[in-house]
Amino acid sequence: MNSSIALEREVEELREYYESGKTKEASWRETQLRGLRSFLQEKEEEIFKALEKDLRKHHIEAFRDEVGTLIKSLNLALSSLKQWMSGKKAKLPNIALLSSAEIVPEPLGVVLIISSWNFPIGAVAAGNTAVLKPSELAPACSALLASGLLSYLDKKAIKVIQGDPEVVKQLLEQRWDKIFFTGSPRVGRIVMSSAVKYLTPVTLELGGKCPAVIDSLSSSFDREVAVKRILVGKFGTCAGQACISVDYILVEKSFTSVLLDLMKVWMKKMFGENPRELKTVARIVNKQHFLRLKNLLADQRVQESLVYGGSMDEDNLFIEPTIMVNPPLEAAIMTEEIFGPLLPIITVEKIEDSIKFINSRPKPLALYVFTKNQSLQRRMISETSSGSVTFNDTIIQYAADSLPFGGVGESGFGNYHGKFSFDTFSHEKAILRRSFLTEFWFRFPPWTVNKHQLLEVAYNYDYLGLLLVLLGLRRFKGRGSSV
Amino acid sequence: MADMAAAIISERMQFNSEDASALAKELRVGFDSGKTRSYQWRASQIEALIKLTQNHEEEIVRALYSDLSKPHTEAFVHELAANLSVVLIFVLSLIMAVEEPRRVFDAEAASSLMKELRGTFASGKTRSYEWRVSQLKTFLKLLDDHEQEIVDGLLSDLSKPPLESVVYEIGMLKNSCKVVLKELKHWMKPEKAKTSITTFPSSAEIVSEPLGVVLVISAWNYPFLLSLDPVIGAIAAGNAVVLKPSEIAPATSSLMAKLLGEYMDSSCIRVVEGAVDETSALLQQKWDKIFYTGNGRIGRIVMTAAAKHLTPVVLELGGKSPVVVDSNINLQVASRRIIAGKWGCNNGQACISPDYIITTKDYAPKLVDALKTELEAFYGEHPLESKDLSRIVNSNHFARLTKLLDEDKVSGKIVYGGERNESKLRIAPTLLLDVPRNSMIMNEEIFGPLLPIITVDKLEESFDVINSGTKPLAAYLFTNNKKLKEQFVKTISAGGLVVNDTTLHLAVHTLPFGGVGESGIGAYHGKFSFDAFSHKKAVLYRSFLGDAALRYPPYTNTKLRVMKALIGGGILGIIRALFGWS
Repeated sequence: MNSSIALEREVEELREYYESGKTKEASWRETQLRGLRSFLQEKEEEIFKALEKDLRKHHIEAFRDEVGTLIKSLNLALSSLKQWMSGKKAKLPNIALLSSAEIVPEPLGVVLIISSWNFPIGAVAAGNTAVLKPSELAPACSALLASGLLSYLDKKAIKVIQGDPEVVKQLLEQRWDKIFFTGSPRVGRIVMSSAVKYLTPVTLELGGKCPAVIDSLSSSFDREVAVKRILVGKFGTCAGQACISVDYILVEKSFTSVLLDLMKVWMKKMFGENPRELKTVARIVNKQHFLRLKNLLADQRVQESLVYGGSMDEDNLFIEPTIMVNPPLEAAIMTEEIFGPLLPIITVEKIEDSIKFINSRPKPLALYVFTKNQSLQRRMISETSSGSVTFNDTIIQYAADSLPFGGVGESGFGNYHGKFSFDTFSHEKAILRRSFLTEFWFRFPPWTVNKHQLLEVAYNYDYLGLLLVLLGLRRFKGRGSSV
Repeated sequence: MADMAAAIISERMQFNSEDASALAKELRVGFDSGKTRSYQWRASQIEALIKLTQNHEEEIVRALYSDLSKPHTEAFVHELAANLSVVLIFVLSLIMAVEEPRRVFDAEAASSLMKELRGTFASGKTRSYEWRVSQLKTFLKLLDDHEQEIVDGLLSDLSKPPLESVVYEIGMLKNSCKVVLKELKHWMKPEKAKTSITTFPSSAEIVSEPLGVVLVISAWNYPFLLSLDPVIGAIAAGNAVVLKPSEIAPATSSLMAKLLGEYMDSSCIRVVEGAVDETSALLQQKWDKIFYTGNGRIGRIVMTAAAKHLTPVVLELGGKSPVVVDSNINLQVASRRIIAGKWGCNNGQACISPDYIITTKDYAPKLVDALKTELEAFYGEHPLESKDLSRIVNSNHFARLTKLLDEDKVSGKIVYGGERNESKLRIAPTLLLDVPRNSMIMNEEIFGPLLPIITVDKLEESFDVINSGTKPLAAYLFTNNKKLKEQFVKTISAGGLVVNDTTLHLAVHTLPFGGVGESGIGAYHGKFSFDAFSHKKAVLYRSFLGDAALRYPPYTNTKLRVMKALIGGGILGIIRALFGWS
């Protein structure tokens, strides 16, 4: 109870600070973004260490997927901030003489960000005050944010609150102007239900089973590139513990053995004979998740479908990169998001059948398709639905600032990255400016047939008609008596 | 149909088999349209028969006499026909009443409706440009063909002045359709997105794809516009859509059900009429978007239901939209524009109606005088009789409004109007000066013809007054002071702002229309409607070429250096890193 009151007070302080108008200033936003960048640059080693401790993530992977991506986003935000903040003119018909319209982005207020490593880039760029709730499953990272990050930022505007699900529950009881959540659909539902109380808009970044469709590529060069990109998109993204990791592969039956052989070759090249020694593959985040993954593999029929890997080290929470072919579709491994280094391959008769396969399941956050067949590309875009579609690669859509990143259906709603992050934390306010001079007397009652007609032509932006009516050259057709 | 057949017969003396088959064919078309199934149609035909016998009694008697030499049938025919018709209508209503329970829209019906619409959506029918355009064109035709019926429906539900109906409901819808028809091709085109060196070589685009099967729940105050404007957006974006109109405007609700059923593609566009039970049944389903217009209380129910299925929502709510009036303005123009936005929009029963005015103590009397003068010019000395004002929608709302007016600390503040007629559900345009801030009227959305005026010492204080409440859907300012305008735009948070006019932003389709905070979530109108019902899918095309080994394990320190250079930008850095110089 005590902590809940303390929390309430902290949020109240953030609201007061927001209302002071400080965070709306462009200079304030810039300073904060620079602060975030300095933190990443100066504390790089500590960040790598924290990620190593929490996930045994390799520091190069950490740079590629976390620190580097964040610096890039910050650079973009810093260079574009002025432009993002300025209003957009909106077109008006000529009839609205001496009027002007524009759309002005304004901050939403006090926002809550629940996620593992999400930096408040969008929230700060848009001029909000924010609470960050890092994941308790990565305690070293969480602690680093709480202790290190704040010394680079305006503490009155940004707070880091650590804690377990009970803290999340208390946080959700507060009044927010936006909640940005990254996590599972189950918690996503809880977040949205609590947002109802204050009609808080939410962005939900969830996951889902992201398929990789591999066409029967004819050139051996292409095959090799595809395999490399898929392996890095599965095992090289925190051991598959990322929302856009490849979840399973769809491939034509006849191409399966070719693919599998090539995968085995490259698995060895990338991760070595003994992946645990090379430290290239991250470990499982905690015991609970380790057991969950172990359970997925425990199913007898899944065991029978194993073709590569499968060994586990419970003490070190390590699972070897593992591949299976055609595990039963009703097994948990094919109904749940895997979120770990297990990769099922599902075979279809014809690659086009994968469309039906994808559509019979919840909409994924990402879809990867390796093909040079343009008609298949077109069909994949128009006949399936997912947060994003990436052709001939994996994961890198995450790094494209010009693309919105977000889900649809079960994989969430709302999006961010680049300008979209700024928009996610802004309200687009419509502004219409009028002069006292131009006025159409026919806007006002008492209503007459003549006014009626004038309004109708005015609404149609029919300038000639308007002129004719004014000159009395056009007669009113029908309806007259009813007005 | 019958008239036409009769005409054919009388035109030619002989009625041959060809005629018969044509007649049968024609009647079948009529039957297939479903027109003859409704209770209304049946009853109206029987009523027409009674009228026929009454109006043509003499002729019937004469015909009977000539055929059968039957005398004194006068009374007999009349009575028989009349009695028969009454009995028929009674029996019919009984039969239909027995049928009624089967037609109740429950969870099961909702789920089978959903299944059907999912099937149509999955067939891909709604995705094509042609389907979307043809539906919108058909809809324009519906508006043209049935303008009078729509006006009549609104007259019956709200006594809405026909001009308001034609301009604000039908006119706005026509405009929305025309904008879509003009721009849709352009909107549907994937939007090219820039790609950077990190993903080189590649190309990227953002594809707008339909969300699926969507639900529109609308309000009673603009029952036609607020129902169908979102539906236009849903169709434009290629969705299958169910509309649940408000039961508080029953005539418009049933008219929409009838007309949409007749005109639109019923395999993907449906109307479900009803109240709480039907709405709950609908809300249990998994929708791909729910678009709700109404109040915050129901908005919360809608959002709670949506959370179960992770359905995104648009909530178009209301709030107390303030009008700040500076001195040094053209007072006549300002007063007229305030009146047009308040009483000229459904008698204050609109979500963007001016809710209250804030002005300086010194200026208030002048403003009141000007408003009085213009109100009288517009609505005459007996506004309760004016045909240019809507009535209050129902007795619940009438009671709510009179309660606001009759509160002790408020009733003495009336400076104009205040008259009411309970049986006709009419309340005259009413101005109140200096009502206390803690009164009921200042703490809920008024949504009716009452306009309180609050006074402040200096106009700048009005911004604090506005910001101390919840964020409104709209805020208005009348001034010639440039600095004040800037200050207003900067400090007032609302769905939309209008300077020197009221409500007009609603008609500007290039502006997003929607609330913030308590006034709602999401926006629509024009392209924004299309976006509200679309998913922005990111599509990235990569070639198999241009692969950088540095992405892949095993990881080395050189790889890290190159990556840093790439992200930091600058070609020099990249070269240096590649050569191992940094």
